[in-house]
Amino acid sequence: MANLLIGKDFTPPDVRGKVTGRAKYAEDYRAEGMLFCRLLTSPMPHGRVRSIDTAAALAMDGVVAILTADEVPAFDAPRDPILTNEPHYVGEPILAVAAVDETTAENAIAAIVVDLEPLPFTVDPLESLRPDGPNAREAGNASIPREGVQTRKWTAEDFAAVGAGELPMGEPMVTWTFGDPDAGFAEAAVVVDESFVTAGNSHHSMEPRTAMAYWQNGKCFIHGSNQSQSFVLPGLADMLGVEPASIVFIGENCGGGFGSKGSAYPVQVIPALMAKKTGRPVMMRISRAEEYAVGSARAGFQGRIKMGFRSDGRLLACDLCIVQESGPNQGFGDWTSAAAAVTFVYQPLAMRFRGMSIMTNTPPRGAQRGPGQNQIANAVEPVLDKAARELGIDQVAIRRINAPGLDAKYGEQQGPVTSAYLPEALDKGAARFDWAAKKATSGQRRGSKVIGVGVGQAYHTAGANGFDGLLRISPEGTIYIHTGVGNLGTYSYASTSRIAAEVLECDWEHCVIVHGNSSRGLPWNLGQFGSNTSFTMTRTNYAAAMDAVAKLKAIAARDLGGSADDYDIGNETVFRRGNPSRRLTYAQAASRAIQLGGSFSGEEMAEDLNPMTKASVRQLAGTGLIGAAKDTLERVGAVPALAAGFVRIELDLETGKFEILDYLGVADCGTVNHPQGLAAQVRSGAVMGFGLASLERQVYDPKYGLPKSVGLYMAKPPTYLDVPVQMDADAVDLPDLQNPVGIKGIGEPVMGCASSALLCAISDALGGHYFNRSPVLPDMIVNAAAKRPQSHRPLQVNTD
Amino acid sequence: MTDQNECFLPEERATPSRRQFIKGVIASGVAVSSTAYVYSSWGQAPAMGGGAPERLLSLSVNGQLRRVDVLPNETLAMTLRYKLGLTGTKLGCDRAECGACTVLIDDVAHYSCSTLTHRVRGRAITTVEGLESPDGVLHPVQQAFIDELGPQCGFCTPGQVMSAVALLKVNPNPTRQDAREAMAGNLCRCGAYDHYVNGVMRAAKGA
Repeated sequence: MANLLIGKDFTPPDVRGKVTGRAKYAEDYRAEGMLFCRLLTSPMPHGRVRSIDTAAALAMDGVVAILTADEVPAFDAPRDPILTNEPHYVGEPILAVAAVDETTAENAIAAIVVDLEPLPFTVDPLESLRPDGPNAREAGNASIPREGVQTRKWTAEDFAAVGAGELPMGEPMVTWTFGDPDAGFAEAAVVVDESFVTAGNSHHSMEPRTAMAYWQNGKCFIHGSNQSQSFVLPGLADMLGVEPASIVFIGENCGGGFGSKGSAYPVQVIPALMAKKTGRPVMMRISRAEEYAVGSARAGFQGRIKMGFRSDGRLLACDLCIVQESGPNQGFGDWTSAAAAVTFVYQPLAMRFRGMSIMTNTPPRGAQRGPGQNQIANAVEPVLDKAARELGIDQVAIRRINAPGLDAKYGEQQGPVTSAYLPEALDKGAARFDWAAKKATSGQRRGSKVIGVGVGQAYHTAGANGFDGLLRISPEGTIYIHTGVGNLGTYSYASTSRIAAEVLECDWEHCVIVHGNSSRGLPWNLGQFGSNTSFTMTRTNYAAAMDAVAKLKAIAARDLGGSADDYDIGNETVFRRGNPSRRLTYAQAASRAIQLGGSFSGEEMAEDLNPMTKASVRQLAGTGLIGAAKDTLERVGAVPALAAGFVRIELDLETGKFEILDYLGVADCGTVNHPQGLAAQVRSGAVMGFGLASLERQVYDPKYGLPKSVGLYMAKPPTYLDVPVQMDADAVDLPDLQNPVGIKGIGEPVMGCASSALLCAISDALGGHYFNRSPVLPDMIVNAAAKRPQSHRPLQVNTD
Repeated sequence: MTDQNECFLPEERATPSRRQFIKGVIASGVAVSSTAYVYSSWGQAPAMGGGAPERLLSLSVNGQLRRVDVLPNETLAMTLRYKLGLTGTKLGCDRAECGACTVLIDDVAHYSCSTLTHRVRGRAITTVEGLESPDGVLHPVQQAFIDELGPQCGFCTPGQVMSAVALLKVNPNPTRQDAREAMAGNLCRCGAYDHYVNGVMRAAKGA
């Protein structure tokens, strides 16, 4: 296999549509007779519907139907409901109204009388854990994995046992230990012990989660906003109570998801259910304000970490406690992922983890870019600097001595990984950033302004296996690469498809990527989330292309003599080794595949393919040479994506504002596949990281539980003016050892390394003041600079 | 830069008799064809705002005269997206926070979600669909955004394109600092700011 495409830039086929406005998103579709649907949502954080009077609304001109919770599929708590009669957060959908236009639907909602009984609520997990604390749900306050909702309380003694500002720790929901942490702490030269808070924050996808749906010939057509393509079908089917094959999901473009649109989500089936009820297409636009309620959010942490270091900086022991704010439903596994990240990024010789996932009456939580890994980077990286300061060693050096390499251990089981090059990333970054010279400027004053430098690291798992690849070579010689990957905007749907062309050694101009619409015959692929696409779907496309190559050779041997092993491929031909004149073009071979039938043209196929892939192969059967295979390549251990970030800032001690002067991110994503796309991820991930570190958080009124950060200007995702004028990006570019082309993902750590580096730089500018809280806001900086107390209590959350 | 007259809506000064007059002159059949995008659905009497009067306007959009029935409270973004079929203009917030709906009005960037359509009669409106030449040659900003891989999810991209075009009309040789200030009203949650600024600089160089 010659290296034709890997490591080369290309223009992804969907970019032109994005700059011309032709790219279609869910709200850009129309259907004849389309109704508009609006939601009546909860005005309170927890309540129970006593009665609903819809008579006046239904009598209004133009109102077509009302859909209530009693009419939609119900799920066992704490799974996110579609509609509910017991809302658990402000903005939770109670019912939907379909009308000829949105104004009429809104007027109808205003005419509906809902009698809601207010119920107890909480916006602070620690408050809920107190013996007499309120529960977010009637059934309890804790979401136990696979066990449902239970009540967990800690004793008054648990709360009294710790000092002011320290996280209490009663009986944990999850705990594990490896090694002997106590022995490690006893041996340590320096032990740091810090309680911390990381705030929850909204996703702010630019495209609200609008959906349009209609039923036709027994099938439900859904135009939705999803990061994933094939992966959403089972979820949609489950919620609608139909087979996945009965759904056509169209998601050519997704206007941002960041984890919040990785799988099918309940609100997006409302138009499908309404369309079924009315017999007409239904468009449901979600407003920006609604997006802050139904649009998911990152979980917040109240935590405590104790780390014991040897005199050279090696981490001997770690004790991590996390109380996660999980929203009102099942939440997401940030807390356990955070613990796994600590085992990996810092390679502690011994570690204990204790964790809680506690419900609050705040928006449902889901994955947000680096869920758990990026919060814990923000909490731990500044603590690492504190230890380095006490030990008198450099910030990069303390990271370097602990950084995971190829022999690194992962997780509580201390298992293997497929590759890890964080030492190389730190070395490359320190050299390119000129860390030593920039560090020498730390503390320099210019009026009220002072320089600070910081380095940060982050990790995320970045790959899976066992999914399917599918391609077709047409009798015209065009290679149609079918991918079930979504289009999140990273262009990995395209860059992973190029691996099929790489294996087939064909001209990229002769390839067409088929994606974005399940009726086009797409393979079963994993969702586009968790930094996994590059590793997972390079493997599927590799497998499909290898299958196609084997079929090309078999056809050539059949027609031209010899055995398949006597043949090679090149220049879009299959030819006899030593006698290249005996050859078939790909177009000729595809025509022969159709004549031969069987597995050559998809009339038969491998048994181990997923049913979705099998249906797609049957759809394509007889139209060319079909390459279809499941990824059965070996994978042993976790697939790590890693990144290191370097920041220099100038911070104004009088205003608390700072300017980021320099930023460099260095990625360990295995072999670089799409350099320009990678550079875009390294830089733009940093932008999101700067927001996590210094701008974004959810805020609630503790008395009434009402959300206060429900507009972009209040919740503050970064703008052009919050980030450097220019940023730098680089990559280690060493191959993953268990990907056939060396490639693995990167999307999430490039955010966490930047956010944690910025927090470290802020602390550095303040001479080593550690806030143990993110985001760090200007008022906190001003208070710290003036040595005044902060306006928040140490473990206080969700409040301004 | 901003036309001061924009601060006053003609409707606000309208007398009841004028409103009656407006109601009286509504024409339905000649407006933008009912086979194009309409905000209320096909085959239904318009039922927006409890029977609020639509008024037939002539708008100059991308160099073409477009005749369209417009409600008094209708925003330009809704007119473009739901009546003229120009869905390149995106609605990210509908409240002047994100900039995805940015269009040019007389070559100046405006949030179309917060511009009443009645206010732009007689003005030259340019949307992202109006930049490409009829033979398919892209505007230098569009081409530069492709070359620099500016867009990621792409939802904010039309607005970013329009703000960049507006900038280069008044400042053909911006610095990176100029560009980020001019584009500051366009949010990108993907965070692709650096690549968009690269695009602006490339477009300026090529223009």
